[in-house]
Amino acid sequence: MIEFILNDTTIATSAAVGTPLLDFIRYQQHLSGTKIGCREGDCGACTVLVGTLHNDGVHYQSMTSCITPLGNAQGKHIVTVEGLNLPQGQLNQVQQAMVNEGGTQCGFCTAGFVVSLGGHCLSHQSSDYSKALAAVDGNICRCTGYKSIERAIQTVDHKLQAKTAGQSLDWLVAQGFLPAYFTDIADRMQTLSVPEPSIKQSTDIDGHYIGGGTDLYVQKPEEMMRSNLYLMFDQEALNKIEVKDQRCYIGAASTVSDVWQSEVMQAHFPQLSQYLKLVSSTQIRNMGTIAGNLVNASPIGDLSIFLLALNATLVLKHQDQTREVPLRDFYKGYKILDKQPTEYVTSIYFDLPTTHTAFNFEKVSKRTHLDIASVNAAIQLKTEGMLIKEAHLSAGGVAPVPLYLAKAAQYLKGKTLSAELVKETTKIANDEVAPISDVRGTATYKRLLLRQLIYAHFITIFEGTLTLEDLV
Amino acid sequence: MKQEKNHKSLKNIDSHGHVRGESIYVDDIAVQQGTLYGAVHDSRVAHGLLKHINVRKAQALPGVVAVFTAADVPGENQIGGIIPDEPLLADKEVHFWGQPIAFVVAQTEDIAREAAQLIEAEITPLPVITDPREAKEKGELIAPPRTFVLGDTAAAWQACTHVYSGQASTNGQEHLYIETQGAYAYPAENGNIKIHSSTQGPTAVQKTTARVLGLPMHAIEVDVTRLGGGFGGKEDQATPWAVMVALAVHHLKRPVKYVLHRMDDMRMTGKRNPYTSDFKIGLDENLKIIAYEATFYQNAGAAADLSPAVLERTLFHCTNSYYVPNVTATAYSCRTNLPPNTAFRGFGGPQGMFVIEAAIAKAAQALGVSAAEIQQKNLLQAGDTFPYGQKAENPEAISSWSAATNRYALDHLAQKVNAFNVANTHHKKGYALMPICFGISFTKTLMNQARALVHIYHDGSVGVSTGAVEMGQGVNTKMLQVAAQVFSIANERIKLETTNTTRVANTSPSAASATADLNGKALEIACRKLLDRLKVVAAEELDLTSVTGVTVREGWVHVQGQKTDLDWNTLVLQAFLKRVSLSEVGHYATPRIHFDQSKEKGHPFAYHVYGTAITEVTVDCIRGTYEFDAVKIVHDFGASMNTIVDKGQIEGGLVQGIGWMTLEELEYNKQGKLLSNALSTYKIPDIYSVPKDIQVEFLAAEGSDLAIFKSKAVGEPPLMYGIGAYFAILNAVRAFNPQVTSVFDAPFTPEKVLTALYE
Repeated sequence: MIEFILNDTTIATSAAVGTPLLDFIRYQQHLSGTKIGCREGDCGACTVLVGTLHNDGVHYQSMTSCITPLGNAQGKHIVTVEGLNLPQGQLNQVQQAMVNEGGTQCGFCTAGFVVSLGGHCLSHQSSDYSKALAAVDGNICRCTGYKSIERAIQTVDHKLQAKTAGQSLDWLVAQGFLPAYFTDIADRMQTLSVPEPSIKQSTDIDGHYIGGGTDLYVQKPEEMMRSNLYLMFDQEALNKIEVKDQRCYIGAASTVSDVWQSEVMQAHFPQLSQYLKLVSSTQIRNMGTIAGNLVNASPIGDLSIFLLALNATLVLKHQDQTREVPLRDFYKGYKILDKQPTEYVTSIYFDLPTTHTAFNFEKVSKRTHLDIASVNAAIQLKTEGMLIKEAHLSAGGVAPVPLYLAKAAQYLKGKTLSAELVKETTKIANDEVAPISDVRGTATYKRLLLRQLIYAHFITIFEGTLTLEDLV
Repeated sequence: MKQEKNHKSLKNIDSHGHVRGESIYVDDIAVQQGTLYGAVHDSRVAHGLLKHINVRKAQALPGVVAVFTAADVPGENQIGGIIPDEPLLADKEVHFWGQPIAFVVAQTEDIAREAAQLIEAEITPLPVITDPREAKEKGELIAPPRTFVLGDTAAAWQACTHVYSGQASTNGQEHLYIETQGAYAYPAENGNIKIHSSTQGPTAVQKTTARVLGLPMHAIEVDVTRLGGGFGGKEDQATPWAVMVALAVHHLKRPVKYVLHRMDDMRMTGKRNPYTSDFKIGLDENLKIIAYEATFYQNAGAAADLSPAVLERTLFHCTNSYYVPNVTATAYSCRTNLPPNTAFRGFGGPQGMFVIEAAIAKAAQALGVSAAEIQQKNLLQAGDTFPYGQKAENPEAISSWSAATNRYALDHLAQKVNAFNVANTHHKKGYALMPICFGISFTKTLMNQARALVHIYHDGSVGVSTGAVEMGQGVNTKMLQVAAQVFSIANERIKLETTNTTRVANTSPSAASATADLNGKALEIACRKLLDRLKVVAAEELDLTSVTGVTVREGWVHVQGQKTDLDWNTLVLQAFLKRVSLSEVGHYATPRIHFDQSKEKGHPFAYHVYGTAITEVTVDCIRGTYEFDAVKIVHDFGASMNTIVDKGQIEGGLVQGIGWMTLEELEYNKQGKLLSNALSTYKIPDIYSVPKDIQVEFLAAEGSDLAIFKSKAVGEPPLMYGIGAYFAILNAVRAFNPQVTSVFDAPFTPEKVLTALYE
C-alpha cells in the first residue's frame, strides 16, 4: 500500500510501485491537467510538485511525473495544477500573470509551467528573477518563444519580493498564490504512515535498484512497470553529503540538486552552480541521483565526468559486505561495470580540494541547457605557481565509457605551464579517445571539441596567463 | 472607441482554462465505457516488398481484440490528398521507415503496444533513397517540375557586372507540437461514426475516413475542440490516426482511442521538407540584382502529401522582399524513402527565401560589402512585379526596413559589433538583417472560402461556429472579437463552439495564415445579416418607420446615436416571439485572387505581409556555442485587431524559425531510419536559448481590406525572421576566421560553428 496526499486528497493505493506517477494521476485519479508530452522527462508538461516533510515544514520540488515511480510518492504531498487552483475559478497569482502576459498559446505545456512556478513560489529561499527563470528550465514551450512567459515570471518574482521567511505559507495563501488547504498539509503528512523503506537485500536478480527513475524510465519503462523495484530515493542513510577526514562523502541517493545546495560543495567549488546548471533541468536534477548517474554508465554522464576528475572512489555494498572501487576502474566497457547485480552504491568520496587545487568542468551540447553532451570534460590540477604537481582529466562522449584520461594526466604531472604543454596535452588526450559519429556529432567534431574543451580548461584556470591566441 | 480599444487588448479567451489545466484535448475527453485502445505496427525498413504480415502472436496476446491490415479496409486504402499515392496501411510494398502496416486494438494501451511489437512483417528490402538530388537523377519525382519565369535571365547575365553561384541547403524540421497526434472515435446510430481528432483539417479527416470506409461524408462527424500545437504538422498528418480509429469503430462497433507516444509520432510522421538548391545571382555595378536563377530540390519523402503545394510556395517566395527583373526558378518535388514531408509554418516559403539570402550573402562577401547594402537596394516598391505576375500593392518592404534601421540604430549596432570584435578574441559578435514578404491566401484559389454559423439563443447569448481550428494561434479570441464588435455586445455573451463538420461543412484546413481572415469574414457576414434582421425588429419595437439610424452599441439599441431603453436581450426575445430567424450562415470567398498554373501567372494573394528583423549574436570561439543578444523587429500587422495575440505570434514564430536555423537537426541514416527520434536527441529552443531581448514594433500601416478588420495575417510570416539567425552567426564566425568557406547549410549547429571557426 502506497500512501500520500495528492493535492487535497489522501491516497492509499495498491497500484504497482513501478506505475509511472503520471499515469496514476491522469488515468486512475482522472486529473487531466497534467499532460503527456514526451514520457522521458524532456518537456516538463507532466511536472508535479513533490513535497517532503522536514523539521521546518514541507519542502517542495518539481519533478516530471512521467518518469517517477509511484512508489517514490510514498509519504509525500504530490501537487498537480488542479491542486494549485483557487476555488470558484479564480486564478492564482502565477496563473493570472500567465494570462495577462499571453504566456499561454496552445495551452498544452502551460500547466507544467504553472506548476514549476508554483514550486518556485513555495521555495523557502527568497526569490530573484534568475531563480524564478530557472524554475521553468525544464519546461518546453513550442508556441510562445518564451518571452511572454518571461514577462509573467517577472511579474511573479516582483510580487514575491514581499514574501518574508517564516510565515511564507500563510502569506502565499493570503496573497492568492495558493489555495488554503496548503497550510494544513504538514500536519496531515505527519499522520501518514511513512515507514522508511528498508533496503531489501536481494540475493537474486529479481528486480531493479532505482533512484529517481530518470534513466531507467526512459530506457525501459515497460520493464519498470512490471518489475520488483528496490526504492533507494528516500533512503535517509544514503542521502547525506558530509566531510570526514578531509574527504567529501556524497550519499548515493543524493540528487544533483542536493549536491548543488550542499554548503560543502559550494565552498569547495565556487563555480558549482555554473557547472550544474548545464546538467539537465531543475526537475531532473531534483530526481536524478548520484549513484543512478554513475551506475547508468552513460559515456557522457555529466557527474561521472565531474567525479572522475576528482579521482573519486565508490563504496559498494551487498548485505554486510562493503568494498571500494576507484571510479576510474569502475567502467569496464560500454555499460559494463565492476559491480555485481546484487550490489548497490552507498556513497562516493573524494579528497577535498585545497587552496592549491584548481578545478574546471566543461560541457558542450547542441542546446546548452537540458541536453546531453556532445563532449563534456573535467580537470583537476594541483599546482605550485606554474608547476603542475598533479593532474586528473576526464572526458565524456569520446569513448564507450566515461573516460579518465590517464596518459594526458600523467603527461602533465611535474610540468610547467606553457602553451606548448597544453597543445601537447590535447594531442595525447586525442590519442587516448575513440569517439564515434552519432546524433550528438561526428567523430571528427568530438575530437576537435575535446581539444577545445581542454584549451578551455587551461584558459579558464590560468585566466590572463593563457589565451586562445596562444593556442591556435 | 473605448470598446474597440478594449478588444485590441483582449486576453486570449482560452487562457483561463489553459492555466488551470482545465482545457480539453483529445486525450482528456472522458472515455466511454468499453473504450478500446489502438497501436500501430510500422515498417522497420524504408523500402521493400511486403511479403507477409504475421499477426498470430499479436492476436493471441490476452486483451487483444483485433488486428487490422490493408485487407480490412472496406473502401479505398488511400489517404493521399493532392495525389492518391499513399495507402492508410501498407499493401504489397513499404516506402518509408515508420510506414503503418497494421493497427492493433486491445483492452488497454499497454496491451495494444505490446501486441504491435509482436507483429512480424516479412519485407524484402529494396534500395533506399534519402537524398533528393539522387531521387531527381533517378527520375523519382512526385509531380512534374514547376518553373516560374520573369523577364529573361539568359539575356540578363550579360548586363550583370557581378555573377555568383553556389548551393544552399536547409534541413527539415520536426513540428514538435507538445500534444502528439491522436484521435478518439465512437459509434453513432446507423453505422455513423463520430471522431474527435487533433487535426487542423476536420474536413480532410472526414473526407478521408469516408473514402477509406466507403461511406458518404455525412456518415462521419469530426469534432475538434483545440490542438496542443499544430504548426502544419496536423494539417494532413492528423488524418491517418483518425481514420484508423474510425476503421476499428466501423468493424468493432466499440469506442476506440489512439494517442501516439512521442517516439512513434516522430518516427511515423513527416516534417518540414528539407531542400537543397542551386543559385546564380547577377548584380550591376550599383548592386542592383539584375538576374536570379534558382533550382530547388525538395525532399518530399515517400508520398505527395502536401509537398506539391509546399513546392509552389517556394517558387512564390523565391525572391523574398526583393524586386528582381529577371528570374528563372525551377523546383523539383523529389520522392525519397523518408516519411512523407508536409506543411510546416511558412510552407516552403522559408526554404525559398533562405536561398536568395544565401546568394546575397555570397555576393556581399565577394564584393566586400555588407549584405544589408545589397538587401536595401533591392527592396520591393509599389508596382514592382513578382515572378508570378502579381504587382506589389502598398508594399511595406522599404518602410519596415527604414523603421527598423532607424528605430534600432543600425549604424550604432554596426560600430558596436566592430568595436567588440576588435577588442575580443574569445568571443565574436555578428548581426544580420532579414526583411520578409509573405503572400496571404491559399495558393490553391478554391480553398479560399469559409463559412460560419451563428446562433443567437433567445436569452440573448450567442454561439459561434466556424471552420477555424484553435491551435494556440488565438483564432477563437479573434472570432469572438468579430462577433462582439459587429453585435456590440459583451464578450461574455458569446461562446466559441468546437469546430465540427456537422455544423460547418466543407472547410479548408486552418493553415496558410488565412484562418482568421477567411473565417472572420464569413462570421462578419453572418453577424451582419443577423444584425440587419434585428434592426428591423428594433424599428418595429420602437415604432420607427425606418431602420436608418438604428444601431446596437454596447448591448443597447440606439437611434440616431441616442440610447433607447431596448436592450439586446429584449430585442432578441422579441425577434424570437415574432418568429424571426436567429440563426445565420455566412459564406466568404476571397475576391480578386486567381492563378493560372499553365502560365504560372496570376494574382494568387489577397495581400502581402512585410517586416524587417535585426539579429545580433555572440559566438564563443573556444567552444563553438552561441547566444542571441537580441532580435529587433518592425512588423507590418496592418491594423492589428489584437496586439497581445499578434505579438505572441511574432515572438513564437521567430523563435521557431531560429530553432530551425540553429539547434533543430533532423538526422536520418542511409537506411532511412530517423536517428533524432526523441526530445533527447532533437532539440528545440528552451527558455535559455532564445534571444535575450526580442523587441517587436508595430509598423504604422494601413492594412488591407481583405484582412479581417484590416488586421493582417500573422501566423507564418514571423518564422522567416529566424533566417537572420543563420547569417548573423556566419558573420560572427567570419570575424574570427575571415577565410571561412560559406557553405550555406542550415541549421548552423554548434558542430558546424566550431568546424567553421577552425577549418
